Amino acid sequence: MADLTTNIGNLVMKNPVMTASGTFGYGEEFSDFIDISRIGGIIVKGTTIKHREGNPYPRMAETPSGMLNAVGLQNKGVDYFIDHIYPRIKDTDTNILVNVSGSTVEDYVATAEKVGELDKIPAIELNISCPNVKEGGMAFGTSCESAAKVVSAVRKAYKKTLIVKLSPNVTNIAEIAMAVEGAGADSVSLINTIMGMAIDAEKRKPLLSTITGGLSGACVKPIALRMVWQVSNAVKIPVVGLGGIMNATDAIEFLLAGASAVEIGTANFIDPTVTIKVIDGINAYLDKHGFKSVKDIIGQLETK
Amino acid sequence: MRKYLLDLTVSGNEKLSGNYILMKLTSEERLPDMLPGQFAEVRVDNSPSTFLRRPISIHFVDRDANELWFLIQLVGDGTRKLAELKKGDIVNVMVPLGNSFTMPSLEQQELLLVGGGVGIAPMLMLGAALRNLGYYPTFLIGARTKKDLLQLDAFENYGKVYMTTEDASCGEKGFVTNHSILTQKFDKIYTCGPTPMMKAVAAYAAKNNIDCEVSLENKMACGVGACLCCVTDTTEGHKCVCSDGPVFNIKDLKWQI
Ligand SMILES: Cc1cc2nc3c(=O)[nH]c(=O)nc-3n(C[C@H](O)[C@H](O)[C@H](O)COP(=O)(O)OP(=O)(O)OC[C@H]3O[C@@H](n4cnc5c(N)ncnc54)[C@H](O)[C@@H]3O)c2cc1C
Ligand SMILES: Cc1cc2nc3c(=O)[nH]c(=O)nc-3n(C[C@H](O)[C@H](O)[C@H](O)COP(=O)(O)O)c2cc1C
Ligand code: FES
Repeated sequence: MADLTTNIGNLVMKNPVMTASGTFGYGEEFSDFIDISRIGGIIVKGTTIKHREGNPYPRMAETPSGMLNAVGLQNKGVDYFIDHIYPRIKDTDTNILVNVSGSTVEDYVATAEKVGELDKIPAIELNISCPNVKEGGMAFGTSCESAAKVVSAVRKAYKKTLIVKLSPNVTNIAEIAMAVEGAGADSVSLINTIMGMAIDAEKRKPLLSTITGGLSGACVKPIALRMVWQVSNAVKIPVVGLGGIMNATDAIEFLLAGASAVEIGTANFIDPTVTIKVIDGINAYLDKHGFKSVKDIIGQLETK
Repeated sequence: MRKYLLDLTVSGNEKLSGNYILMKLTSEERLPDMLPGQFAEVRVDNSPSTFLRRPISIHFVDRDANELWFLIQLVGDGTRKLAELKKGDIVNVMVPLGNSFTMPSLEQQELLLVGGGVGIAPMLMLGAALRNLGYYPTFLIGARTKKDLLQLDAFENYGKVYMTTEDASCGEKGFVTNHSILTQKFDKIYTCGPTPMMKAVAAYAAKNNIDCEVSLENKMACGVGACLCCVTDTTEGHKCVCSDGPVFNIKDLKWQI
């Protein structure tokens, strides 16, 4: 049994496997299938300052090895989370992280402040891929300036571990990562979904209500892996890798590329027990190759 | 209700008339408790274009044979791959998922179960449950043509069966809402089938002040209320068809009927 503990800033995790926001609900949805306390961390749904109904349906279109979603951050708002959901999940024996989203800097700060008051939430993941309403609908995460602006504002208001989740829909993700690091983030996680589209040719109509949506699942892995590699070479803060992880080997590839931890999203839909299999699989890999700790493989890709 | 992830064994996979199969699955262990209206998320193996699980209604649970039945219409790669499975093959299912039809209240005696196309699937399990409680439900089954009328013998075990076909090849001609049985008085209607049919049934129920439950479909990813991909509009905002549904009372939906 290898040592699976890993660190993201001050956050200590019993193993490097977390669940990706928006794909694992609040964890409870999966507790009939697995012991969710075995997971290294559960990142709950995107949470905004106010209730959001999300987009109209249809919100999902399948692709041969992935899916497009257009959920649109449906959630009941941070106050509802604090009053009704947090009390139910706070004593789960794992790290519970809140994915904080917003459309203005003020919204992000206000939500982060409220979550910062919660004893049992040791970290937030700031989702800067949502549309920046004030600056004309572009995502905060698509320019270095707007990314740095929202991160430094949240940094001032939030004292615990701050992970910033990056959008892959940019020309140079390493630059954004460096801007976010400079603004005080403790870690970056990547990737969020990749913008895509699907059409019903027979009906000559889009398959999603919003026409375009976010692609996730097995098909995005090579892109995610490349971005994690680029970013971990560019920043000193720990990187959390995700995008298309379907099994333990995929997760190990992200660790080798430089990720200190990984998140699993879409794969939970196909196998609700996948997180446990990945944790056990990483352990088996470490034992097989004679590594004592998972930290011994982080960033250990041999390129020569 | 507790959900399970099970590897079940195919004990039968029969081609029915038209484009349908009746799949029977069994296990060495007793199958879990399941309610009428609930469904399973079925993993489709060896179908390269089928990434996600497929939601399939619980058609029937045969407790004596310890069998779970699915009635499946073959519409795409996923369902066609399921049709290729042979006795002894393994199928991985998440089951039981979703809510269920609610049992009638004391004053509701005359029950009408309306199914259209493959939407009859959950009606067999519901009919059996109602018969078990001492009711004698009426089934009204609609199909395009005779070969799409399935499982009629099975329905006969639990109540009186009426049919409509669009081409008059069996039963009365037309849509279910044209059937003469609707001149009788019913206290509660349950329905599952194509959306236009369910809306027509719901409109009939609303007009005549009859309590009515519908079983909805939507594109699903997780099947357990985690991803919010499968929502429908209700009087309380977006609700998940997979976990708040699939069964909804029409008074809670925002259908223009
Ligand atoms: C809660 C629930 C219960 C269901 N129960 C049953 C059941 O008991 N028996 C059964 O046969 N089916 C049932 N369905 C529908 C079934 O899930 C789909 O038909 C199936 O997912 C199609 O998979 P596929 O890979 O064969 O087709 P795909 O390749 O996904 O689709 C092929 C074609 O069929 C169309 N299609 C896909 N899904 C549907 C749909 N739901 N209705 C009409 N057309 C569709 C697509 O638009 C496409 O044109 C249920 C769906 C839900 C949500
Ligand atoms: C249905 C769905 C909902 C999502 N919701 C969120 C969200 O609220 N916040 C967020 O930061 N990412 C969200 N994501 C993105 C995932 O967390 C993850 O970044 C992405 O799916 C890539 O990982 P995967 O391929 O393992 O799924 C969502 C993804 C899916 C499929
Ligand atoms: S399919 Fe995920 S919430 Fe219904």
